[in-house]
Amino acid sequence: MLAFIAKRLAIAVPTLLLLVVFSFLLMHAAPGGPFTSERGLPPAVLANLNAKYGLDQPMWRQMTTYVWGIVSHFDFGPSFIYKDRTVNEIIAQGFPVTLTYGSISFVVAVLTGVGLGVSAAIWHNSWLDYLAVGISIGAQVLPNFVMAPILVLVFTLWLGWLPGGGWEGGQWQYVIMPVVALSTSFMASIARITRSSMLEVMNSNHIRTAKAKGLPMRKVILRHALKPAMLPVVSYLGPAFVTMITGSVVVDMYFSTGGIGKAFVDSALNRDYAVMMGVTILVGTLTVLFNLLVDVLYAWIDPKIRY
Amino acid sequence: MKTKLLLSTILGLALAMPAWAATHPVTGEELAANQDYTYWLLDAIKSMDPQINTDVEGSGVLRSLFEGLFNEDQVGGLVPGAALNFDLSDDKTVYTFHLRPEAKWSDGKPVTAQDFVYAWKRLADPEFASEYAWYMELMQVVNASAIIAGEKPVDELGVKALDDNTLEVTIEAPLPYFPQMLTHASTFPVRQDVIEAWGPKWTDPEHMVGNGAYVLKEHILGEKVVMEPNPSYWDAANTILQHVTALTINDNNAALTRYLAGELDRVAIPAGQYPRLAAEYPAEANSVPQSCSYIYIFNMDPVKGPAALQDVRVRRALSYAIDRDVIVNSVLQGGQAPSYNWTHAATAGFEMPDIEYSHLTQAERDAKALELMTEAGYGPNNPLALTLNYNTSDAHKKIAIAVQQFWKKIGVDLTLNNMEWKVHTDKMQAQDFDMGRYAWCGDYNEASTYLDFFTSYSGHNNGKFVSEEYDRLMKESKTAENPNLMYTAAEQILADQMPMAPIYQYTQVEMIKPDMRGMSTENLMQNWYLKDMYRVAQ
Amino acid sequence: MVIDSTRMKSLADRLAVDEVKGRSLWADARKRFLKNKAAVGGLIVLLLVLVFAAFGGTIAQYSNEELDFSIMGQIAEKGGPSLANGHYFGTDDLGRDLFARTVQGTQISLAVGIVGSAIAVLVGTFYGAFAGYVGGRTDNIMMRTVDILMSIPYMFVLILLLVVFGRSIIMLFVGIGLISWLDMSRIVRGQTLSLKHKEFIEAAEATGVSRLIIIRRHIVPNLLGVVAVYATLLVPLMILTESFISFLGLGVQEPLTSWGALISEGSGTLNYGTYWQLAFPLFFFVITLFAFFFVGDGLRDALDPKDR
Repeated sequence: MLAFIAKRLAIAVPTLLLLVVFSFLLMHAAPGGPFTSERGLPPAVLANLNAKYGLDQPMWRQMTTYVWGIVSHFDFGPSFIYKDRTVNEIIAQGFPVTLTYGSISFVVAVLTGVGLGVSAAIWHNSWLDYLAVGISIGAQVLPNFVMAPILVLVFTLWLGWLPGGGWEGGQWQYVIMPVVALSTSFMASIARITRSSMLEVMNSNHIRTAKAKGLPMRKVILRHALKPAMLPVVSYLGPAFVTMITGSVVVDMYFSTGGIGKAFVDSALNRDYAVMMGVTILVGTLTVLFNLLVDVLYAWIDPKIRY
Repeated sequence: MKTKLLLSTILGLALAMPAWAATHPVTGEELAANQDYTYWLLDAIKSMDPQINTDVEGSGVLRSLFEGLFNEDQVGGLVPGAALNFDLSDDKTVYTFHLRPEAKWSDGKPVTAQDFVYAWKRLADPEFASEYAWYMELMQVVNASAIIAGEKPVDELGVKALDDNTLEVTIEAPLPYFPQMLTHASTFPVRQDVIEAWGPKWTDPEHMVGNGAYVLKEHILGEKVVMEPNPSYWDAANTILQHVTALTINDNNAALTRYLAGELDRVAIPAGQYPRLAAEYPAEANSVPQSCSYIYIFNMDPVKGPAALQDVRVRRALSYAIDRDVIVNSVLQGGQAPSYNWTHAATAGFEMPDIEYSHLTQAERDAKALELMTEAGYGPNNPLALTLNYNTSDAHKKIAIAVQQFWKKIGVDLTLNNMEWKVHTDKMQAQDFDMGRYAWCGDYNEASTYLDFFTSYSGHNNGKFVSEEYDRLMKESKTAENPNLMYTAAEQILADQMPMAPIYQYTQVEMIKPDMRGMSTENLMQNWYLKDMYRVAQ
Repeated sequence: MVIDSTRMKSLADRLAVDEVKGRSLWADARKRFLKNKAAVGGLIVLLLVLVFAAFGGTIAQYSNEELDFSIMGQIAEKGGPSLANGHYFGTDDLGRDLFARTVQGTQISLAVGIVGSAIAVLVGTFYGAFAGYVGGRTDNIMMRTVDILMSIPYMFVLILLLVVFGRSIIMLFVGIGLISWLDMSRIVRGQTLSLKHKEFIEAAEATGVSRLIIIRRHIVPNLLGVVAVYATLLVPLMILTESFISFLGLGVQEPLTSWGALISEGSGTLNYGTYWQLAFPLFFFVITLFAFFFVGDGLRDALDPKDR
């Protein structure tokens, strides 16, 4: 197991390096720079700015300086657009927000999704099953950028129950709509996966044996069926996590939560090279770690898997 | 220690008192008990540093946290700020400002002339590399250009403190609108000791020291900015709003919904929604002129631009064929003015020349446009293929689509090229376009802020329009007794040569809660000051 | 949204168990598919949407780009769906015919979905089959590469690609297609590996049947089921991805449009009394996605019959 983890971590390093180089080159290849502005800066001013931020250096030099800054003292540099702030500060402010509503959405999606999926499988072909399947397909095809304005319209403007946006340090009334908008489609996916996997397991030999032995249904499900049925759900959590970060773009834009998703899109559009790289590296690292975590969890659930 | 604390509490309470005073100190209107104000920001404030900030939204916040030599009143006239008045030398190049002796920073220290000298030098300093360094050049402060280019040391900037309360500024040539330029945020004073102590962190709420009517309480990037009255401000007794919040909402439609839900007191109205809102909320929907002009620039660069646009007949035909009334009345619908010239019509002192095609009906213009196109060798049988670049935005897209249809009638086959902002700007500045959307907002309320744009030596002239006569007029205007005569003549050249197609002149179209007062909506520059705002009882 | 891996694996396993007796498998599957009401319903809906996309333009009274100046500026009052003035679905904010625009958006979205999915399936199948068939070190390197690529936040990369190379429909095809082949390559590789050691293949090899024929006769038919199912289920994912890109404003250029662009515009103006601007595009979007789902699921169940 330890060897496996070590091996995976060893892959993580080239992965992240590839990501850094690729996005660095891509970003610098984009037309315009961080100081391209409508008014057009006089050449002397532009030269001063480029010198200050090291953009007058050759590309390889900029890249090595950048990577060295991260490796030596975890410094992602200053933002080119939010000039009072460093990338570390921008991430330190936005990431906890995204992490908060992201992990709440994650938990909500997993609990309701698994619950819905398991019930649908147990009462297979009942009205509950059809309802669950209906909900899960419906929720998957409704994009969250449609859902967000509908939520605001209903709960803020018509009913006046919830504030239409903001974060306010994560008070509950500000968290509800972002979580609903973000978690619904994952809940649906998880429900669908759980349902089919649960059906598969329920029809397998060892469950049939358990049932034949006369164990009560509840015990069969909790003790024997649930764990193996969770395998595909667990392997879905990796990609789900990444999609969730992407989904946070919509949440940040509609609910003004000030998270990391909007920061990324803004930085790409503003050519804020440093913030863009910082967020990409952060998300890349998290993805690698999360995938690793998922693999470990997978191995724990299914001891048959050998590495 | 304890007594000091008690004393400051009492002092604080006493200073906060005006909020509960029942009437406005000047107008005598009855004030509301609630003096909180929440307004909308489309984007996060990029910087709270006066010499770094480059955008309009940031300037709004900075005008509340800092105070320049002069402020603007409700209609845009100059009123004393940190300076009480100034003397002007006979050759009109040396300004001597007399600062307000009682002005204090938010930590209680007096505001001095040295603070201005430090700030201005900082703006020009090539090592500091401010994006707005060019503003010092625009103000024509002696040696500004050379300092920015690194040819002279920053100490040679034409600004010095004669004593704590006297600031002397020397400019290179007489500049009639120089005092107007001093309300700009990049000229606001900053404190050397604070900046040196904290570095870039000095703009954090816990470190910032300002001389404005408000102090920064909170600044969460992409979420909100919170400001409260500055008890050390010289006019703190007349500061009425007690708690001001600026919320960042990236989507205008979402912001409007939140205004309607009562979460905001002021918000912009999305294109096309003004008539409906004005009918439904007559006391809240506002449309007032704003000093910005919207145009399509033609690329006249002899090498990079399309050959057809070298022909003045084609340029005029393109401009004539745009039905501006449809654009303002059916697309934007916010009370914008159809535009046939470049300078905003309401600019102070500006006199509009008699522009012939502005008097015609659209049918006549269309006929004329078709005629011109035929003369130039184009027409429905020989269509002219052109591309129009614009940056991603709902309103730009709608206008471009409408124009595409107008031009179809005169045989122009227009391809729309929507690009994100940075790419659009980059291509415009590299003359890599046929026609491009552009908008210019005046830096100050005087026509030269527009007209300098089309001089051949201007850094902004992206269409590379060249006219010696135009350059001569603009140069003469700098020293003329009445520059407005030259401005009118220059506009006439633009109307004849048509280096761009004017489309419309801006209005600020907003929803404002009916009990808000002092919003400076009649100021053409739309520069507002929190210290002038208040809520009346209803 | 996601493609259910359990059932893909189950399908792949089953298709690898025995030599597929070509005709009978597909004949059986067809029979089962036709019995599945949801799947047949989905297929019918898909055909109708295709007809709409192909021939809707002929009954449209307006083109997708001309402005109706009699309506422009009073969309909420006059721009609603109407048989009388020929705007069957109403107009958009500028007075353009929403029916014509929906037809055209349907074409683009279906094209993005189908072409994107085709690219993903082709690349994935080729890559996976190659890695699986060659095996050894090459296989190892190729699959590690897939591992690495899987850890890249692809939506971020797609946004960067569109920012750098400008928005174009080709870029959308390529960008969306190229980020979705990874899963496909894994499935195909796994199946190729297990097929390689099957008796019927070894038997064929022993009797001197050429490699090409083995691939054509034995491997391809076995892969076909998985590929078909995967491709069908991938289309709605592609369409969803495109809609997200359009929401960010990085989608196709005006006057062209797509479902995502129409929906995003319609949802922005939801509060202004122009509900049809969201309702019609969203309706087509939702039924098509549903239909692809049911067809894909039905196809899979038909090929891998189990009681579910």
